[in-house]
Amino acid sequence: MATAQAHTETKWWSGGKSPFNVEYGKLMMWYFLMSDAFTFGAFLISYGTIRFSQNYWPDPNEVFNAFPLAGHANLPLAFVSLMTFILIVSSVTMVLAVHAGHNMDKKGVIKWMIWTVIGGIAFLACQAWEWTHLITGDHAVMINGQIENIGTTVTMNPWGPAANVPAHDGHHVGTPGPVAFGGYFFGITGFHGFHVASGVVINIVMLIMAINGTFERKGHYWMIEKAGLYWHFVDLVWVFVFLCFYLI
Amino acid sequence: MEHAIQEITFHHEPGGKEVVSKIIKTTVILSVITIIELGMGLGMYALPMAAGLKLFLKGVIVILSLAKAFYIVGVFMHLGEEVKNLIMTIVVPLLLFVWFIAAFLYEGNSWKNLRNTYNPKQAVTAPAATHEAGEHH
Repeated sequence: MATAQAHTETKWWSGGKSPFNVEYGKLMMWYFLMSDAFTFGAFLISYGTIRFSQNYWPDPNEVFNAFPLAGHANLPLAFVSLMTFILIVSSVTMVLAVHAGHNMDKKGVIKWMIWTVIGGIAFLACQAWEWTHLITGDHAVMINGQIENIGTTVTMNPWGPAANVPAHDGHHVGTPGPVAFGGYFFGITGFHGFHVASGVVINIVMLIMAINGTFERKGHYWMIEKAGLYWHFVDLVWVFVFLCFYLI
Repeated sequence: MEHAIQEITFHHEPGGKEVVSKIIKTTVILSVITIIELGMGLGMYALPMAAGLKLFLKGVIVILSLAKAFYIVGVFMHLGEEVKNLIMTIVVPLLLFVWFIAAFLYEGNSWKNLRNTYNPKQAVTAPAATHEAGEHH
């Protein structure tokens, strides 16, 4: 009965019907996400091209082996696993919010949206820590015959092959690695982090609208569904960032 | 007219426990795949292994990631429940990636090979030699 009323009031796509039996905004969100997939794809493929053109590339297990409050313990990939699980879980809470929206369950939507926002902020906090650790974490590197302590930035890379010299202050000495490593890492994870940050803002707006009862008055929670599509896409991109930078 | 109205009905998921159990099942699948990927990534680091085996493991990790993408898009984003033509307008353009990845990785590899075999001395002396030869005649 409620749906019949909606149909008489709405001119779907002005032409009277929706070719794909889907709301206009949702379809356009899909096409936006497809174009965004090409943007991320181009970045990752560019990274792959440069990586294939180098004789040496740093081992992610050596670069990403730190964990907050764990000191110098060698814990390869532990922190990034935590980040991955945070993002997967926040994706799950988002599906549950969309599901609650289908059932017109306002309390459920609010509860799950709050968890999704918390997950997004937790992920961003983790990324901030990881970036800080990479940039400020010094490593002894042989540059022009002298040992220098450098961090990982877009212009410096301490993760080259080991230098043929004895240990310095108890640490093994390396040589500079390909500079592109830092540029691509910070560029692509930064672009992804920017997507997460926008997603958190969108989710907060959705949360406020849900609390104010905007969707209840509209009679549907389709906005939550569209925000959800974006949020899952962010998780989807992370699957490939995780693959390209940390796993292989 | 009655028929046209029925055509544009947006479908909604049946809101029930089976949806939640499907979400939980997918979450478990995604987590297990991630753990397997991590295990293989750590294995490549911790255990000494041949380059060929390493490459094979990397290929398996790529395939597992594609499986994760399939579950996220199909179940969490509900693309699997849309009209088939909608799915095709999203998925078919993405096939460009097949060419895109193959062409650019080939390019990168060729760049490396050219640089590794490039000999500056040879490149400079070769034209000079023909120049001298020309003067003698």
